[in-house]
Amino acid sequence: MSVSLVLVAVMAVLYSCGVYLLLERSMTRVLLGFLLVGNATNLLILVVSGRAGAAPFYGESDPLADPLPQAFVLTSIVITFGVSAFLMALIYRSWRLAHADVVEDDTEDVAVGRRDVSVAAEPEIASDDTEFGTRATAAVSTAVDLAEQERLEEAERLEMLHRFEEQLRREVEPLDTASLDAEPLDAERLDPDHTESTDGDRP
Amino acid sequence: MTVLVPLVVLLPLLGAAVALTQAKHPRLQTFIAVGVLGVVLIIGVILLFAVDDHGAIAVAIGGWDAPVGIVLVVDRLAALLLVISAAVLLSVLVFSVGQGLADGDRETPVSIYYPTYLILATGVFNAFLAGDLFNLYVSFEILLVASYVLITVGGTELRIRAGVTYIVVSLVSSVIFLAAIAMIYASVGTVNIAQLAVRIGELPHDIQLVLHVMLLVAFGIKAAVFPLSFWLPDSYPTAPAPVTAVFAGLLTKVGVYAIMRTEMIMFPGNELNTPIMIVAALTMIVGILGAVAQADIKRLLSFTLVSHIGYMLFGIGLGTAAGLAAATYYVVHHITVQTTLFLAAGLVERQGGTTSINRLGGMLKASPMIGVLFFIPLLSLGGIPPFSGFLGKLALFEAGAQDGSVLAWVLIASGALVSLLTLYALARAWSMTFWRDADEVADYDNPLPVLSQVGVVTEVKSTRSIPRIMVGATAAMVALSISLTVFAGPLYNVSSRAGDNIDGPEYYITLVVTGESE
Repeated sequence: MSVSLVLVAVMAVLYSCGVYLLLERSMTRVLLGFLLVGNATNLLILVVSGRAGAAPFYGESDPLADPLPQAFVLTSIVITFGVSAFLMALIYRSWRLAHADVVEDDTEDVAVGRRDVSVAAEPEIASDDTEFGTRATAAVSTAVDLAEQERLEEAERLEMLHRFEEQLRREVEPLDTASLDAEPLDAERLDPDHTESTDGDRP
Repeated sequence: MTVLVPLVVLLPLLGAAVALTQAKHPRLQTFIAVGVLGVVLIIGVILLFAVDDHGAIAVAIGGWDAPVGIVLVVDRLAALLLVISAAVLLSVLVFSVGQGLADGDRETPVSIYYPTYLILATGVFNAFLAGDLFNLYVSFEILLVASYVLITVGGTELRIRAGVTYIVVSLVSSVIFLAAIAMIYASVGTVNIAQLAVRIGELPHDIQLVLHVMLLVAFGIKAAVFPLSFWLPDSYPTAPAPVTAVFAGLLTKVGVYAIMRTEMIMFPGNELNTPIMIVAALTMIVGILGAVAQADIKRLLSFTLVSHIGYMLFGIGLGTAAGLAAATYYVVHHITVQTTLFLAAGLVERQGGTTSINRLGGMLKASPMIGVLFFIPLLSLGGIPPFSGFLGKLALFEAGAQDGSVLAWVLIASGALVSLLTLYALARAWSMTFWRDADEVADYDNPLPVLSQVGVVTEVKSTRSIPRIMVGATAAMVALSISLTVFAGPLYNVSSRAGDNIDGPEYYITLVVTGESE
């Protein structure tokens, strides 16, 4: 049986890229990975179907191509198509709900790791001598507490704003003192009401 | 008789199509779904008796003969599983009808629920009958796609998260299966299981091994065998109670069934039996250790589900007719009992508002009926005589003792241990939920008002009653599991004849290739 080397190479590249993408946390990438792996498998079926040939069921001229693997590929393309449509709907839904398309940790798993759901319902004091140590707390806060994350982001944004303001003030201040020293006409130029007339002079 | 075989697959599929067009008439949808599954159950029983008396039936679809056309094969194993899965699907459907009525979602029903459920049933039935590897792949896909929809039904954030894990893992297993089919086709030029069985024996040994391992990995993910079982407790518990129940009962067993077919017909040598037995022991022990650590009843049950897959693998790994017979009986027992337990957990959730055993208490006083319905399958799963779990384990241990190897004895020991631990985990859950008083629970507050605020359930607060249909469906499942004990003799005979059948592939091959049996 002769095999097209190009097909094999393409298949290998598709498989490796697909597996890499499947291991990502972002669901969109997982979807892309699934598409690549699915197509790589379709190529595998084509590769194993033997040499290319005339259309089966058509002429008498042999060698005919093997029709069965082509039927397999068609079936699996349809299945891949349906499943990826469903996955896209799922990703969209997840985006609408959580504004994230990453696969999150299972909260129960993390909770079991922290052992705060055991039968005695012990408080969280023991959380830093479990096998996860203090990392479990971090995992929980990033995994579930979106509000906390939002607050952090908000604080960061505020801080950036502050810094920007500070910087602006620092830049404007020398200008202000300079303008105070200069003639009053210069200070008037900064006035927004007069901008139109002095537009051409502005640096 | 041959006319009946394709109907098993066709009826649910057509029923799903009709139900889908009747989206505005949920009552009619319910009627169609219940009717179709009822008819399939009757056909299944007829087929079981016919096959047991007159030998297996092979039907070539579309008039194409065996190696070219697609074959549906009903032997004793397939017929037995067909009957039990139709019965389970029917009871769970009735349960979910009860739940739907009680939730008052007659106005806003999820109109795709019944059609999807019927498609799931189609996939399960088709997988049991498939005599062709690619047909098996297609039926896996049918049931998986239906299960993707069911596990994310409603589309809440939790279900989406759990659904993504489940879907991605299932996709990976499907790709592995498809790749295995491609390799098998490349090496033997056929996907007909009977023809495969003949030709695979002529392959070089190492190629056989590669194909064998690929198939086992693909089916192992579906059956939730130990290193490949991590996804199951993660994704099952968030789905609605009836959906979880039917998944737990049937989907993993379809994987186990596929492993049985692989081991007995396609690769009848005992080559991989030792690894399978080791994996079986690990599945049992690791699964049950997970269950012991859980405080949520549904998650606990998911872990026991993983753990008990190990028993079936034990029977398969023995590779003898006795082992297979025991595994078959165990599959039947486990489908019934595990589904019943999940249904009972659904009732607990409905009554108590939660499934966390830390927050439940005093349920026995509030609803003794649920307590009993949970207790009987609990004893059965834990292996207390005279329930079916005990008989299944006894048969497995007997088959293991006949084998007599060191590994078999290790498996018997771990099987006994796991059975005790199952009993411990479940009895702890039961006694905390039902036995202790509500005021023993630290800062106990009735979770029901909370639920009604959330808006999940509106009627529970006012009445706090469980619809009779739900209790009735669960009680029917309990009765079914008890009948596995009552009719254990005839059932075990059928199982052991099924075990004899699939022990040697020759029977299956002559059946499919020549279309004649015995």
